[in-house]
Amino acid sequence: MIAHPPTPTAATEGRRAAPALSARDVTVTVDGRRLVDAVSLDVHAGQVVGLVGPNGAGKSTLLRAATGLRRAEGHIALEGRPLTAYRNGALFRTVAVVQQAPEAPASLAVEELVLLGRHPHLALLRRESARDHEIARAAMERAGCAHLAGRMLGTLSGGERRRAFIARALAQQPRILLLDEPTSGLDADAQAQVLALLRALAAEGVAVLVVLHDLTFAAAYCDHMVLLHEGRVVAAGAPSEVVTGQHVRAVYGAHVRVLPHPETGAPLVVPVGR
Amino acid sequence: MTIRGLRLGRPHDQPHATSAGAVSTSGGGQARRVPIVPGLAALGALLAAVALLALTQGAADIPPGTVLRVLVDRLPGVTVESDASDAWRRILIDIRLPRILAAGMVGAALSVAGSAYQGVFRNPLAEPYLLGVAAGAGLAVAIAVVSPLPVDAYGLGWVPLFAFAGGLATVLIVYTVARSGGVLDGGALILGGVALSAVWAGATSFLIINGDDRISQPILSFLFGGFNTASWSKVVVATPYLVAGGVVVALHARVLNVLQLDEEQAEHLGVNVSRTKLIVLAAASLMAATAVAVAGVIGFVGLIVPHAVRMLFGGDYRRTLPACLVGGAALLIAVDLVARTAIQPQEVPVGILTAMLGGPFFLLLLRSRKVTL
Repeated sequence: MIAHPPTPTAATEGRRAAPALSARDVTVTVDGRRLVDAVSLDVHAGQVVGLVGPNGAGKSTLLRAATGLRRAEGHIALEGRPLTAYRNGALFRTVAVVQQAPEAPASLAVEELVLLGRHPHLALLRRESARDHEIARAAMERAGCAHLAGRMLGTLSGGERRRAFIARALAQQPRILLLDEPTSGLDADAQAQVLALLRALAAEGVAVLVVLHDLTFAAAYCDHMVLLHEGRVVAAGAPSEVVTGQHVRAVYGAHVRVLPHPETGAPLVVPVGR
Repeated sequence: MTIRGLRLGRPHDQPHATSAGAVSTSGGGQARRVPIVPGLAALGALLAAVALLALTQGAADIPPGTVLRVLVDRLPGVTVESDASDAWRRILIDIRLPRILAAGMVGAALSVAGSAYQGVFRNPLAEPYLLGVAAGAGLAVAIAVVSPLPVDAYGLGWVPLFAFAGGLATVLIVYTVARSGGVLDGGALILGGVALSAVWAGATSFLIINGDDRISQPILSFLFGGFNTASWSKVVVATPYLVAGGVVVALHARVLNVLQLDEEQAEHLGVNVSRTKLIVLAAASLMAATAVAVAGVIGFVGLIVPHAVRMLFGGDYRRTLPACLVGGAALLIAVDLVARTAIQPQEVPVGILTAMLGGPFFLLLLRSRKVTL
């Protein structure tokens, strides 16, 4: 699978309106420690924004703060409306989250899991309609797991499982999609497939904020990157501005080098080796 | 455990022409579910058959035809001739019918409550008896009987409310103990429940030993668990509590489905997890406690029935709750039938029989490693 180049038209169009997700001076303090320290970032419709940084940099915490799961100081707005103005149902019809290690019963079928994504759209006693089933089916097709619909989660491979949970999030029909390391533990091809899916969703106008571990993959697929270190933004901008030798050494240490891709020029993070 | 025929949370009137349906009979980790409508119909037929059998059996054997005629004759505006004597009529209407209704209600309540606890705690072993809810409710009732309050354990009266207080307090204590740092320890939940059960049972025993016969007799009959004291008044008093608890649990059926995922995912699907848990726990505890108030401490029904139902119908609470209701009623009516006819004229306390059935079942579940503590 080949990296889709950023689509400038979609990105610039989105930028004229209010950002889909906007965080201003967001600070999360736990037991006196600032896990996230005055972070600001915008994600526009049509953009894939990569959130990178070493372990414990505050990436997951920031993601949780973005949907109100973590109490945070500062200002968070979704589509121009402050987070606090959303009721639960409306919030999760707008934004969907794929967390790092989601759990579900091993005997649950993929299709049953994906249908749970319709929950925010359904009134208390409403059954899923034929339309909900269609949306779930479309979400599975989009995420590349339609052929697994009847399979129990416990029998899936890591990559298949990941796609099932992404399909569950897509069934929410979100305009903003937050993902916490959706590629961890996947082989290179499966990682590329997940990231290509995110690009395709962005091309349809979804705002994507994705936490990634692999800087090379992040640089290849993101329009914009934010590098976090100890809760603070160290660098933000185009991948070539963020993934530089200087930043990588400052944040990750001296054991990696950054080279330009011989064909695309995108930054490659490579080990120094022996 | 492999069941043919797959329905995956689709409306049952829809044709099932998906790839999932096409491969439902092959292996490869496909989820298999019994279709709910024929499944429930079969369970309903089983319940009717067990109830009819239970009405015919006892000290006097009354033919099923006569039983049906007497029952239909009781319906308003219907008169049916039958060869039943007045004694038979009294046995059927005043003794066997309320007893069977009580057994059915208690079986349904324990099963639905067990299923709800399992959903809220995401623990397949959570059950009114193992969580200590039954013992807590029992102690609360014993205290009420000992107290100068006008409590009539035979007629029920306010007893379900005392039982509810004891049951809910127990489940909240156990939950608090087992939950630390936002993580619920499934093993601690069950161990905590068993430990607290022992404390409550000890306290109840103390009340029995210290009390005179007037006090200890009702408490004792209670603890063993059974329906020999069932009466129309008990059935009438218990019904509103069970209906109220059942309606609240049923309203949360789809939310319980979402709660099968982890709490963070449930929050991300718009569920207020802590509020939902508290509401469902209270409703389940009201049902379990009322069951205790009617029939004493009866263990394991809330474990066996939800497990069997899940194996057949899958994990969707909108299917499993009605199936638990019907299946639980059928099971406990059947167990009570054995309890009162196995060694006539003696009665075996129902709680002993369910323990004989449920204890080994619990061990098998542990052994199968399908559940992790």
